[in-house]
Amino acid sequence: MNIANLFTNYEEAIAMILFGIGFSNLLLQRNLIKKIIGLNIMDTAMYLFLALKGYVDGHKAPIVTNGVQSVDAYINPIPSGLVLTGIVVSVSVTALMLSLTIRLYRRYHTLDLDEISTKLKKEGL
Amino acid sequence: MQFVQNFPFMTIILSLFSGPLSSILDGKKAKRVNLAVMSLITVMSCAVLVFVINSGSAYVYTMGHFPAPWGNEIRVGVLEAFMAVFFCVIMLLCVIGGVYEREQELEDTKQNLYYVMVNLLLSSLLALIYTNDLFTAYVFVEINTISACGLIMIRQNGRTLEAATRYMIMSLMGSGLLLLGICFLYDLTGHLLMSNIREQVQLLHQAGEYNIPLLVSLALISVGLAIKSALFPFHAWLPDAYGYSTLSSAAILSSLVSKGYIFLLVKIFFRVIGFGIVRDSKVVNVLFVFGVAGMIMGSVNAIRENNIRRMIAYSSVAQIGYIYMGFGLGTTAGVIASLYHVLSHAATKSLLFVAASGITDASGDHTEFLELTGAGYRNKLAGVAFTVGSLSMVGVPMFSGFISKLLFAQAGMESMHKMLPTLIALAISTILNAVYFMKTVIRIYTPVPAKVLQKKEYRCISMKEQPCKSTALVFFIILNMLLGLSSEPVIGLLRSGLAMFA
Repeated sequence: MNIANLFTNYEEAIAMILFGIGFSNLLLQRNLIKKIIGLNIMDTAMYLFLALKGYVDGHKAPIVTNGVQSVDAYINPIPSGLVLTGIVVSVSVTALMLSLTIRLYRRYHTLDLDEISTKLKKEGL
Repeated sequence: MQFVQNFPFMTIILSLFSGPLSSILDGKKAKRVNLAVMSLITVMSCAVLVFVINSGSAYVYTMGHFPAPWGNEIRVGVLEAFMAVFFCVIMLLCVIGGVYEREQELEDTKQNLYYVMVNLLLSSLLALIYTNDLFTAYVFVEINTISACGLIMIRQNGRTLEAATRYMIMSLMGSGLLLLGICFLYDLTGHLLMSNIREQVQLLHQAGEYNIPLLVSLALISVGLAIKSALFPFHAWLPDAYGYSTLSSAAILSSLVSKGYIFLLVKIFFRVIGFGIVRDSKVVNVLFVFGVAGMIMGSVNAIRENNIRRMIAYSSVAQIGYIYMGFGLGTTAGVIASLYHVLSHAATKSLLFVAASGITDASGDHTEFLELTGAGYRNKLAGVAFTVGSLSMVGVPMFSGFISKLLFAQAGMESMHKMLPTLIALAISTILNAVYFMKTVIRIYTPVPAKVLQKKEYRCISMKEQPCKSTALVFFIILNMLLGLSSEPVIGLLRSGLAMFA
């Protein structure tokens, strides 16, 4: 347990810092668009982390070329598959959030979630 | 391999594909297709349950016949099959109970889209129940979230849009943490199938290596799923989402969506990490504290609420608190009590939502308390049903809520340090429950002078006027009484199912 480990694994450290940035943006920003940007930073940090986990130094992308089938030639393909799945999920979720934002903006002419809440209370529905 | 063993996979695929089918049909046909598919899935799940009980052991179904460390798997034991049957039945009843409201509140062009959401939700719930693969579980968690968000926002007004947005934000934070936890576990063990991860985690634990990363990933997964199932401090979206969405959505969301995540958490505790390791970590204590806080605060908020549907929604926060308190006890008895409460809460809360809508129908669609005076006389069945639900929530014998409270108390007695807090929290929460539910029951059975009756837009509703809602209510009452009166077989099933988890 020492700080030096952080520097040898600096990629993972960066992924976690990015995750923190994205997460706190999603949680704390009041502007809906900034929240969505935070969400995307968070998801991208996850993909960076996953991709790092599958990477082996000096190995190539897992596509069989020239009949080389040795395990030592390629990186681990599973995390790449997970990243692809994760991207699909994150795209659909982002689309849904954006469409919700558009609806809210058309109705209340603001992107600020707290302001929307106060307007709702005034509406008294 | 017998033909019945294919059914779990078939049920998931059936409901997944009948969703897109509904999107090209018109509202009426979509409804028929949806009801037919859900009934079929219920029957198929029953067949699976019977098969698993008879064979006495769980079986693993390999997707595409790829062997264990590579392929994707479905695993079916008694607990999974039982939950699937139960969820299907509740979903069917919720959809039937809210037919009238849906036709009133949704635009004509969106009628069929509702069934798309319902089907997707059902398939994701089934997949969460059956899957043996952590990453598949994550993907279906997201599908669950998206379809639940659709169910909230399909009735368009400002409240539901805002609630749906808040729900999405909370859920996305939860699933981000869940995904991070799953990635950590994958990083540590190199596997995604639950059984393989478990073997590796046991080895790591025995060797005493990577204790902190394991703890972190366990904590991330627990917190992520707790956020998604609206444990106490993360419940801000819940009252609006349940209070203003259309009736079936509120019933389905409260009784099923959060329960799917809770079931996944149980699976992760028992099948991925191993309950011994979970107990030794201090994560359960955190869940215990938040569960107890939720039990009290949810009820306090419910007492202060003046809108009957929002009151029931806040009561959900309290009930989720109960469930997490049971996990927090860190004993198998506590988990069984929690699982029983999942069943009892699902049966009771959907009953309460449907009954409350029957009551408000008889009061000119007002939801404020004063307007509900005497509604129990105007809509007799809804009044009776609401009373049954309230008694069950308070924990009166004969109803399901009593058994779950009893189980919680018994489980609490087993643990040394948590006995006193558990019993005190149960006592306070029961009193608080009684305050707001009995207040409502007394209110709906307070007679109104005939003069006032004529002035307002009150009307009497007979059972025949709302056949769908009445059928749903009758079945809900029967289900509740069944759970309350013959709890032993159910508890036996839960116990044997949990034993198969290991």
